[in-house]
Amino acid sequence: MKYFLKKLGTLILTLLIVSLLSFVAFSVIPGDAALSRLGTEATPEQVAALQKEMGLDRPLPVRYASWLSGFVTGDLGESYSYSMPVTELLKGKIPITVALTVMAFLMILAVSIPLGIFTASHAGGHLDRFLMIVNQIFMSVPGFFIGILITYFFGLLLKWFQPGSYVSISQSFTGFLHYLIAPAVAIALPRCAMGVKMLRSSIISQLDADYVRTAYSRGNQKWRVLYRHVLKNALIPVLTFWGMTIADIVANSIILEQVFTIPGMGTLLVTSISNRDYPVVQGILMLIAALVIIINFLVDLLYSRIDPRIRLKA
Amino acid sequence: MKKVKNVMVLLLVAALTVVLGGCQDDKEGNADTQTESSSQVTSESSLSASGEPVMGGSIVVGIPQDLEDSLDPHVSVAAGTKEVLFNIYEGLVKPDEQGNYKDAVAQSHSISEDGKVYTFLLRENVKFHDGTTVTAADVKYSIERCAGINGDGTPLVSAFSNVEKVETPDENTIEIYLKEADTEFLAYLIVAIVPEHCEDLEKNPVGTGPFKYVSRSPQENIIIEKFGDYWDTENQAYLDQVTFKVVGDSNAIVTGLKSGSIDMYPRVNATQLSQLADDEDLQVYEGGMNLVQALYLNNAAEPLNDVRVRQALCYAANREEILDMTADGKGTIIGSSMFPAFEKYYMPELADTYNQDIDKAKQLLSEAGYPDGFELTITVPNNYQQHIDAAQVLVEQFKQIGVTATIQLIEWDSWLSDVYADRNYQSTVVGVDAAYLSARALLERFTSDASKNFINYSNEEYDQLYAKVKASTDDAEQVELYKQMETLLCEDAANLYIQDMASEVVLRKNYGGYVFYPLYVQDMAKIYQIAE
Amino acid sequence: MRKKKTTKNTTLILGGCIFAAMLLFLLAGVIGTPYDPDAMNGSLKFAGPSLSHPFGCDHFGRDVFSRVLKGTGTTFFVAAATLVLGGGTGILIGAFTGYFGGWIDEFLMRMNDAIVSFPNILLALVLISIFGPGKYNVILALAIVFIPSFARMTRSEFLTQKEMDYVKSARLMGVSHLRIIFVHILPNAVPTLLSTAAIGFNNAVLAEAGMSFLGIGVQPPDASLGRMLSEAQAYLMTAPWCAIFPGLAVILLALGVSLLGDGIQQKGGV
Repeated sequence: MKYFLKKLGTLILTLLIVSLLSFVAFSVIPGDAALSRLGTEATPEQVAALQKEMGLDRPLPVRYASWLSGFVTGDLGESYSYSMPVTELLKGKIPITVALTVMAFLMILAVSIPLGIFTASHAGGHLDRFLMIVNQIFMSVPGFFIGILITYFFGLLLKWFQPGSYVSISQSFTGFLHYLIAPAVAIALPRCAMGVKMLRSSIISQLDADYVRTAYSRGNQKWRVLYRHVLKNALIPVLTFWGMTIADIVANSIILEQVFTIPGMGTLLVTSISNRDYPVVQGILMLIAALVIIINFLVDLLYSRIDPRIRLKA
Repeated sequence: MKKVKNVMVLLLVAALTVVLGGCQDDKEGNADTQTESSSQVTSESSLSASGEPVMGGSIVVGIPQDLEDSLDPHVSVAAGTKEVLFNIYEGLVKPDEQGNYKDAVAQSHSISEDGKVYTFLLRENVKFHDGTTVTAADVKYSIERCAGINGDGTPLVSAFSNVEKVETPDENTIEIYLKEADTEFLAYLIVAIVPEHCEDLEKNPVGTGPFKYVSRSPQENIIIEKFGDYWDTENQAYLDQVTFKVVGDSNAIVTGLKSGSIDMYPRVNATQLSQLADDEDLQVYEGGMNLVQALYLNNAAEPLNDVRVRQALCYAANREEILDMTADGKGTIIGSSMFPAFEKYYMPELADTYNQDIDKAKQLLSEAGYPDGFELTITVPNNYQQHIDAAQVLVEQFKQIGVTATIQLIEWDSWLSDVYADRNYQSTVVGVDAAYLSARALLERFTSDASKNFINYSNEEYDQLYAKVKASTDDAEQVELYKQMETLLCEDAANLYIQDMASEVVLRKNYGGYVFYPLYVQDMAKIYQIAE
Repeated sequence: MRKKKTTKNTTLILGGCIFAAMLLFLLAGVIGTPYDPDAMNGSLKFAGPSLSHPFGCDHFGRDVFSRVLKGTGTTFFVAAATLVLGGGTGILIGAFTGYFGGWIDEFLMRMNDAIVSFPNILLALVLISIFGPGKYNVILALAIVFIPSFARMTRSEFLTQKEMDYVKSARLMGVSHLRIIFVHILPNAVPTLLSTAAIGFNNAVLAEAGMSFLGIGVQPPDASLGRMLSEAQAYLMTAPWCAIFPGLAVILLALGVSLLGDGIQQKGGV
C-alpha cells in the first residue's frame, strides 16, 4: 500500500512538472494563438478581444491555476482550432494510438522472444552471427524509412494495401486494423531488433551464472534449465526495456503517422503545436506522461511478482 | 509538419476570403459589370461534354488539410474553411461563377446616391436548415454581429467596422447605414446570414445554403447533405451527400484518386498530375489559384530599401525556370499585384518588365554600391512546398549576381507574428489572395500607412492614386487608377512578382458540373453524377 | 568463450570497415562533389540513375549523388556535434555528481529520471518548437536530450571507481579532487563511455533524420539525409532513387558506428 501511494505521488508530481514546463515553454514560443486564429486580416482590436475571450490576457500563473483546477475535475479545456472539448477530441484519437501501439508491441513480443531465445542458445553459431548482423542493420534503419520502403514495395508496387487511404473505426473495424498493419510493422521492426539483442545478452549472462552450472551439474537437461530457470531471471532486465518500448512506440508513432497519413494523436500533436493550440498540446503531453509513468508502475508490479525481493528495495 | 499543413499558407494569406461579387454594381443591383468571364471559360466549356445529370448520389472530396478553424462563418478565417462553408451559408447576396453577385437571402437591393445607405428587401420564405424562416431580425442580428454592434464592440469581420447601424423599418426591409461612403460595400455582404436563436454555430452550423451540416470528425472528414427546403428550387443540389475528406499526404491523394476512395480533389500539383495523367477514370480541369505568388521584399530593410537593388533581384530571376522547376511549367507569370482572373484590372504586359538580364542586374547592383552582391535571407512558411521550392530556385538564380540567399523556414504562426505583424524580415515567399472581388483587395494594402502593408512600401504617388480611387464613383476611372497603381508597384520593383499558380481540379469521370469561381470556393451544389 | 571471440572480431572489423568507408565517403564530399549539390537543371528533372549521375537526379534536376555526399557530411556533423555537446555535458555532470554525491547529486538524478522516462523524439520535438527549426537548434535540442544517458553512465562508473584503492591512495597523497576526476578516474571510464557514445551517435543520426523528415531539422536548400528523404517521399512513385540512396546512407552511417561500438564493448567485456 505504501508502495502504491509512493508511486501515485510520483505520478502526480511528474504530471505537475510536465504541465508546468509545457506551460512555460509555450509562453516562450514565438507566435500568438489569437493572431494565429485571426490570420492576416486581423485588426489589433480583434486580436486583443480574442485574447481576452481565450483568457490569454491573464498572467501566466493565473492561467496555469485555472487550467490546473480544470484538470483536477477532468476538464482539459477547449481546443482553439476545433471548438470542442479537448477530452472529446482525444477520445477519438486514443483508440487509434492504442490499436497501433498494441499491434506493434505484440509484433515485437512475437518476434523478439523466440529469436532472442534461439540466438542465445545458439550463441556463436553461424545462424546466430548472421541473425545478429541482420539485427544490427534493422537497428540502424530509421522507422520512417522502413515506412517509406513498405509504402513503396507493398503499397505502390505490390498493392497489398492502399497508402494513404486510412479507414476509420466507424467505417470498418477490420479495414481499420488492416490499414494499421503496415505502420505497426514499420514501428516494430527496429524495436524487434533491439528486443532480440536485449533478450539474447540477458540470457547469455544468466547462462554463466552459478545456479545454472549447479542445475546442469544436477543433470538437468539444457532446455529444461533454459525455460525453468534462466528465462525467468533473464526476463527481469528485459521487462524494463519492454516498458520503455511502449512509450517509445507511442512517441515514434508521431513520425510514422505522418508517413502513413493516419489522423491519430501524433498528427494532432504536430498540427496543434504549429497552430499554437495549447490546450490540445497540453492534454496530449499529459496523457503520454501519465502513460509512461503507469507503464513503469506496471513493470515494477510485474517485477515484484517475479521476484518478491524487489518490493523491499522499493 | 509540412505534410500535414500542405496548402494552407496559400489559403490563409489574406485570410478573410469573405467576398467576391463583381466590381461596381449598378444602383439597381441586378446587372453585372464584369461581363467577360476570365481564363476559366475554356475549362468551363469542356465540362459540358459530360452526360446527363441525375439527382441523388454522393461524392467524396479530398481537402488538403482539416478545417482547423471555427465553423462559425463570422469567426472562421481560413480559406480552406470558407470553401466548405460556402455550401452551407449564404449572405444577402451571393457570388456567382462570373464574379458577379446575385441576390440570395435578399430579393433585391439598392444603394443610395451617396453610397452610405444599403437597402435590402428580404426574400420570402427562405428557410434555415433547422426549419425556421429567415426574418429581418435575423439579418439585423447577423450584420450587427459582424460589426460588433450590441456585442463587446469589436467587429467580428473587420470590414464591418464601417457599419454605423442596421434598421428594419418593416418586417421585410433591412437598411444598413455606413459611417463613410463606400460604393464597393456590397462585396462584403455575402457574409453569412445566421439565425438569431442559434448559440453554438461553431459546433452546429445552421445556414440557408443548398447543403446542411451533418457531422465533423477532426482530421478525418466533414459531412454535409442536401437541404430539401432550399429556397432556390431551380438550383437545388444534385447530390444527396458530400464528404470532405482530409488527405494531407501527396501520395495519399494520388492513390486515393486512383483507387476510388476520393472522387474529387480541387488542387493537384504537377507531380501528382503526372501520376494521374494516364488514369482513364479521371478528368482534369485547369484553372488558376487566384493569388499573387511573389518574393515579397521588405522595402524598409537594407539593402532592399534601394529601388536599384530590388530591380536587380527582379532582373536576376528567371520566372519560366521557376515554373518549370516547381510546376512543370504551369502557371501564369505576373508582373504586379494582380492575377488574371481579375480581368478588368489585370495588365498582362507588366509580366515582361523584368525578363532575366544578368548583366543589367549586376550593373544595377554596382550602381547601388553592391558590386559584389550581398546576403539575403528569404523567410518561408514551412507548410507549403511550392513556396519553399520557388525560394530554392531563386537562391540558385541569385547566385549569378553574387547575392547569397539563405532560406529560413518558419512556422506559419511565427510568420504571422514576425513577418506579417512585426515586419521583421528581409524577404519572404508567399501567395497573397484577394478577400473580395475588387482590385482594392490587393492594392489597398500597399498604401504607406495601411496596417496590412507588410512590405513597408511607401510611395506618395501611389497613396495619392488610391485617395483618388476612394473619392471616385466612376467605375472606369477607378479601373484606370488601379492600373496606374499596379504599374507603379511594378516599376518600383516593390516585390519580385512570380506567378498566379496553376490549379488543377481532378474529378472522376462519372461526375460533372465543376465550376470555377474567381474566388476560393467549391460549389458542390452544381456537381452531379452522370447517368450510366 | 572461444566462439565469442570470433564474433567480436567480425563485428569490430565489419563495423570498422563500414565506418571507414562512410568516413572516406563524407571526406570526399568535403573535398569536392562531382556536381554542385545545389545546382539545378531543368532538363535533368527526375533523371534516373545513369553513368554520369549514378544516383539519378531529384525534382530540381540536382545530382542526388552529390547531395548524398554533402548530406552525409551534414548528418555526420550534426550527430558528432550533438555527441560532443550533449556527451561532454553529461560526462561532466555525471563525473561531479558521482564523485561528490550529496543533495545536488540526488536532485540531478531525480531530474534525470524524469527526462529519461519521457520519449526522446517527443522531448526533442517540444524543444525544437521552443528553439525554432534549423541545424544548430537541432544540435542543441538533441544535445539536451542526450545529457541524461551520459550523466547516468558516467555517474555509475564514478560511484564504483571512487571506492577503489587507487583513488583512495591518490587522495591520501594529496592529489586534488579535479585531478583525480580527470586524470585518474575518467580514463578508466573510457571503455564504457565509448560504447555509450556509439549508441548515442547512432541515435543522433536517426534523430536528425527523423526531425529533418518532419521538416523541423536542417533547412533547405541544405542537403541533409533526413531532409532529402522527406522531399523524396512525395516523388516515391516517379523517382524512388531520390529516397533509396539517402536512406542507404543513413543506414550505413548508423550501422557502422553501432557495430563498432558493439565490437568495442565486447572487447572490453572479455
